[in-house]
Order: sequence, then structure tokens, then C-alpha cells
Amino acid sequence: MKLTLKVWRQKNNADKGGFVSYPLDGISTDMSFLEMLDVLNEELTEKGEDPVHFDHDCREGICGMCSLYINGKPHGPQQTTTCQLHMRSFNDGDTITIEPWRAAAFPVVKDLVVDRSAFDRIIQSGGYVSVNTGGVPDANEIPIPKTIADEAFDAATCIGCGACVAACKNASAMLFTSAKISQLAMLPQGKVERKARAEKMIAQMDAEGFGACTNTGACSAECPKGISLTNIARMNREYFSAVLSSENV
Amino acid sequence: MILDSKIPAGPLAEKWTKHKFTSKLVNPANKRKYEVIVVGTGLAGASAAASLAELGYNVKAFCFQDSPRRAHSIAAQGGINAAKNYQNDGDSVYRLFYDTIKGGDYRAREANVYRLAEVSVNIIDQCVAQGVPFAREYGGLLANRSFGGAQVSRTFYARGQTGQQLLLGAYSALSRQVANGKVKLYPRTEMMDVVTVDGHAQGIVTRNLITGAIETHAAHAVLLCTGGYGNVFFLSTNAMGSNVTAAWRAHKKGAHFANPCYTQIHPTCIPVSGDHQSKLTLMSESLRNDGRVWVPKTVAMAEKLRKGEIRPRDIQEEDRDYYLERKYPSFGNLVPRDVASRNAKYVCDEGRGVNETGEAVFLDFRDAINRDSEATIRARYGNLFDMYQQITGENPYQTPMKIYPAVHYTMGGLWVDYNLMTSVPGLYALGEANFSDHGANRLGASALMQGLADGYFVIPYTLGDYLAGLGTKPVDTNHPEFEKAVKGVKDKISKLLGIKGTKSVDYFHKKLGKIMWNDCGMARTAEGLTRAKAEIKALRAEFWKDVKVLGENEELNQSLEKAHRVADFLELGELMVDDALNRNESCGGHFREEYQTPEGEALRDDENFAYVAAWKYQGDEQEELLEKEPLVFENVKLTQRSYK
Repeated sequence: MKLTLKVWRQKNNADKGGFVSYPLDGISTDMSFLEMLDVLNEELTEKGEDPVHFDHDCREGICGMCSLYINGKPHGPQQTTTCQLHMRSFNDGDTITIEPWRAAAFPVVKDLVVDRSAFDRIIQSGGYVSVNTGGVPDANEIPIPKTIADEAFDAATCIGCGACVAACKNASAMLFTSAKISQLAMLPQGKVERKARAEKMIAQMDAEGFGACTNTGACSAECPKGISLTNIARMNREYFSAVLSSENV
Repeated sequence: MILDSKIPAGPLAEKWTKHKFTSKLVNPANKRKYEVIVVGTGLAGASAAASLAELGYNVKAFCFQDSPRRAHSIAAQGGINAAKNYQNDGDSVYRLFYDTIKGGDYRAREANVYRLAEVSVNIIDQCVAQGVPFAREYGGLLANRSFGGAQVSRTFYARGQTGQQLLLGAYSALSRQVANGKVKLYPRTEMMDVVTVDGHAQGIVTRNLITGAIETHAAHAVLLCTGGYGNVFFLSTNAMGSNVTAAWRAHKKGAHFANPCYTQIHPTCIPVSGDHQSKLTLMSESLRNDGRVWVPKTVAMAEKLRKGEIRPRDIQEEDRDYYLERKYPSFGNLVPRDVASRNAKYVCDEGRGVNETGEAVFLDFRDAINRDSEATIRARYGNLFDMYQQITGENPYQTPMKIYPAVHYTMGGLWVDYNLMTSVPGLYALGEANFSDHGANRLGASALMQGLADGYFVIPYTLGDYLAGLGTKPVDTNHPEFEKAVKGVKDKISKLLGIKGTKSVDYFHKKLGKIMWNDCGMARTAEGLTRAKAEIKALRAEFWKDVKVLGENEELNQSLEKAHRVADFLELGELMVDDALNRNESCGGHFREEYQTPEGEALRDDENFAYVAAWKYQGDEQEELLEKEPLVFENVKLTQRSYK
């Protein structure tokens, strides 16, 4: 395959940045999208030009580190992570535009690499059950209906990649935040702190500068793990019931 | 120096309880006077950092990824073992201990493995309390499955994403301590060296991957939870960033490296499709519960397949060789990983491989689908089948999967004593980074167990014993040893950037990977290993003359990051070869062709090789010194592993 890549290059956060076009030849349809970028980087290195920087690690769709905005869609044309996108999804002669996630709360570090530590801070504000190591009851002490456990699992599969934020015109982090709030609100272990959790996590989400939700559903449609919009509805319920009796925030 | 494993005296089942009691405690008011560094935030690192912070220690946690949640533990699919015996099928702590010792081909320490089995039950309780959504039965209790050839159902799982759920549990505990101010996080930070003062580990030197700043951190103890070194093979199921740098720099500062040649080759991975390939993807071992492994009986038919003249479905039952079922009738397709991998290699070496490269065998679900329906198979393995189709473009419901073994896990690692302390006082290694529990072969669903056992339930006890003996004198980074280490790191960076050669870092990494795979992979010979040693030496020399690392230090520079890691792999590779050459026997994942039974199975030499090979660094370009820790078996009888 022959391709033209339009890649966002930005030396660092202070730099204004802009697109640079690179022609690329000899791409096999069996390559993953990131392997195609590896080929580009080998060519750039050969020529003495700085390789394109992008985040990636496990390359099997689970670590959530890869994060490219491809032809106007987070993770590209398929509902998967960029590392699982393969070149057979493109045609010979295509021009492919590659950008970083665009969101005020995800500042660009370099080229296609952004800073997603805002997500860590949202979890730190309450995305856990407050138990210390040791001294917990036997794992089978509290039965949990299978349907509830499965639903909690579905919410828990969020990989924290940030595609939801990148897909949203308001750069809202509601899907990410609601996935964790939902998971823990559904399980008996998480119920004890559910009110404080909802309030604190939402307060932190707002403090990070993420936008509001207007229910367009783009986040869920683009989520590589298919996290459901139901979680946002559940989070809103959790939040309203919490603020009615709030002493927390 | 004689390596002292510090295994407590007394009966096996009482060692850990007794040891916990005799270990010194740190007064609660004094705990806040201690600084602890944890490098790596996977299962071992996150669980250790969280648990130590809960106890009151001041913890600094480092990871090279942008968030601690990305550590490669997240990719583990299958499950986690625990001797809960919830299924009433005869499991017990002793049975899990026995299976692990036997599965490791009798090359692990009894006391460590017993402790692992003992605390396994606590891990499940802990994870459930954190809100980890394990699979459950309709009655609401936890579900189990049999995994990796175990004859009891002791594996807990969360669909095909168990590692993810466990890591997110540990990450949430870690995040809580960050919020409490007891853990300070340093993401996108790579450890470049360990600093020792008067022989004790007292800190580390790091590089901020965004600014390039070289920084120093002092602590009373340093914990390396930095995973395995499978990426020495370039192609592996490890994450792209997984590396040996932290462990290797510790090794060069005096920590012995144990059993480096013990690597696990996982039998069910998606085969290599071409030279562009950057990593290999595992297909969970659970697939072997229903899939049947086969190749054509004849080379001629395999050739036709490779040329695309016939399809797999055109091959009649009598022309198929279900070689695992044929050779191992009692375990069949569920033989342990090392056996399954080796046999795939044999049939492909005979010319019966089924893809264009000739390095693949079939994993066929036709019979399972006919027996149980496609819907049932979809419910069991849907996400794995989708992943396979995504990567290969083939539909495994209609045509058999193609699989081939790939490097997956490294049983070797930094030598540690019973307390998980390396041969450098104050320096610990946890999880895959140490060598201690899996012997020469790791059983499925045991890596998650070991990482969390070390972090949640072992180190909180054993670290206290060391710290209590230290006194509470503060540590700082003013000691000249820090300055010296910083200078070493900076010199190395300047050297790498200054070579300005002609070949990229990946060029060297791929070459090293090929050498390791061909001569120090699934089957090894003295001749091949000797050749590999010379080739690695030459490649290393070429690297330091001709590598091309662009850019500068004071920015995000992924080429420079890789260059550091590959430079260390180029040294480790040679030690792996030395270790494989020294071990004149076959055991577990280490298969020397010269040492096999008439049936082609691994032939151990317990008389001469029932020891841990711990290697001591002697200086650049010097041969390393081998020190042996004898393995003493007081409880199990050493037998030939048989899965027939």
C-alpha cells in the first residue's frame, strides 16, 4: 500500500504545532496501525529527522496507553483501540490524518502524546473502596447476584484511554467517571461510600476542566470497550441522591 | 559470598507463621520516619506501595508509563489461582504448593512456594473487598475454572481480563494512598541506577521522560517491581516498554541475577506475519480446554496448505495429526506450556507448519462447536475470537485458528532470599522481577498470584524486619555516591547521543531477538549457545559504535529511552546464554537437546543441577561469577514429570 500521512507535529507543550505530510510506501495490510507508524519512524530516523512520538505499550488493546485521533475519530474508523486497528481497514492511496486527543484537560506533551494525569486524579478523589490490606471478610461471605456482578464488570472494563473525552464535542469525562462510580455503586463492597464517592469524583472531574455532558452519546459510540451510556444515567442518579443529603463537599 | 536463603527452620507448614512472629516490628509512630521507594506499578508494585503506605511508611512510586494503571500486568487474561477449595474438588494449600513445585520441574524453593500457596487465599478476599468483579455463579458465589492442566478448579477469573481487574484493584488502593498523601507518584519516570551507600541500597537515580531531568531519590529501602525481561527476544507478548533496565542496573550494583535462562514460551500466540511485526499477541490458554491442536500428517499436504491450494477444512480426519492427543493421551491438549510449545516446534521443524512462514499449527474449534453449539463457544471465548479476527482477518468460527509459541514470561530474575531481599541489603525484588517461585516453568494463573502475594502479604512483614534493624536515621541525597551515580547516568546518555551512527535502535534489538530466539529459545544446544555468545558480543560492540539516537536528552525522546533498554538487553542476552550453557540438563522451559529422554522429554539431572544459578557481576566485559544455592527438598519427592 501507498499512503500519505498528515501527522500533527508539536515539539513540546509551548510549541504551536502543525501538520506535516509524509508519503509512505510498502505498507502491508497485515500491519497494525502502530506498526505502520514504526515503519515511518524507521524511515525518519534513517533520514536524520526526529521520529513521530506517540504513546503505546501493550499493543493488545488493554493498557489504554495508545491514543490517536485518526481521520477525525478517536482510535480510527473501528470501535477498537489504535493498536488493534489494522491497515486492512484502509485503502491503497489513502491520506490519513493523525492528531493527538484534543481536550483542554489533556495538554499535548509532544507530537501525538498527551498528558492524561487528570484521569488519575479523578480516581484518586474517590474511585476506590477504603479497605486496607488484610482483615477483610472471606471472599464468599457476601453473595452478589451474577447479573449485578456482570454489570459491574462491564463498567469496570474501562481502560482509561480517554477516547470518550476526545470524541465529545465538550471534552466531557462523564463516561470515564461514571464507569468507576457505577462499578462500585453496584457492588455491596462499594455501597458504603457511594455518596461521598459520587460527589468527590464529580467535583474533581469539574476541577480538571472537562466539559459538560449533552447526551449525544459520541463517547460510548467511540469507546473501544463499549462502555454504556447507562453508566452516565446511573452516575447522575448517584449524584443527585448524594447532594440531597450531602455533608461531603 | 555465600548466598543465604534465610529459609526459616521448622516444618514447612509452620515456617511462614513462625517467621512472621520472629520478624522485628517497626513501632507505629516510627513508620512515618521511613522512606521506601517502589519502582514499577504493576501487581507487585502497586500492591506493595499501597500496603506499605497503609502501614504508615512514606512511599515514592515510579513508573515509566503515563499512569500506574498501564503496567503490563493489565494484559494478563486467564485468571489467578488460589487454594480456596470452594469447589470441594480436593484442592488444598498443600496441593497448590505441590502442583507449583512439580510444574516448575523441581527448580524452586519449597518454603517460598508453600508460602505463596498459603497466602493465595487471602489475595482473593482482598480483591473482592476492593470491588474486583470476579465471575460469579447464579447463586452469587465466586466461579472457578480449571486452568493450564490443573486437575482441580482453583482459578478465579474476570472473563478474559483478570489481570486488568486485579491491577485496577491494586491501582485503586494505590490511588487512595496518593490521596492520603502517603504515596507520591512519579509517572513517566524511568529508573536509571540504584545507589548504594556502605553496601546498602539507599536510593535511585531517575530520568524524567518528559524533561530529561536526571533526579535523585533517597530511601531506607528500594523495591524493584519491574517485571520480566522477555523483550530481550524483541518479539514477545510483553508490552513494548517492558524492559530489564532497573533489574540489570541493580545487578551491576551487586545484586545476583538468578536462573536467567529460564524463559517461558507460551504455546498459544498468534503467529508472526512478517518482518514488520512489533509484538506478539497471546490467545488465552483457556482456549485449549475446547480447541484441538493439529497439523497435517504429511509434509506434502502441509505444503499444499501453505501455498493455498487446499483449505484446512479440505483435510479429512484421517489425514490430521492431533499430535498432543496422540502423544499425551491423559492430558491431551492440556499439557503444560513448555510441553505444548516444544511439540509445536517439532512438528513445524518437520515441515508440517500450516501458514506461509511454516511456523504455525491449528487450534481447531470445529468439534467443540458441533458438540456445544456456536453460541456456547461464543459465550466462553467471544472476546478472544474477536481479537483473533481483528488481528488476522480470519474468522475462527469457520476456519481453525493458527497459533505458534511465543516468549511470554521469564521465571529467572534477581536472586532474593525468603524475605524477597536481593544480595544487596535494603534492595528487594518482587513479582516477575525476582526468580523465586516458579522454578523452571510457571503454571498458568500463577503470575498474578505471585505478584499480589509478594506485594500485599509478604513484603509488609519482611521489610519491617529490615527497617527495624536500621534505626530511624534520615536518608538524603547528599552522599557522594549519589553524585557518582548521576555522573554515570549522564555520561551514558551523552555517549549514546554522541555515537551518531547509521543504524536505528530497533535494528539492533531485532537482531538480538533473532539470535536469542534461534539459539536460546525453545530448544538449545551447546553449539548454538556458543555461537550465540559470540554473535551477541559482536552485536554489542557494533551497537556502541554505530547506533543512531536522534534528538537530545532534554525532551521527550523515545529513541533514547529505547537505546538505554536495548543496551541492557545486549548485556543480559549474553548472561542468559552463559546460564543456558552452564545448565547441562533440561528442565521446564530450559530444553537442551543433548539432554532428553528417549521419548523426547526434558531430562533433568538432579544430582548435579538441583541448584539456583546466581550470577554475580564482575565488571564490564568480564565473565560473570556463578554462585550456587542448593535446592533442598524435604517434603516432595523429585520425579520425572509425566503427562502421558
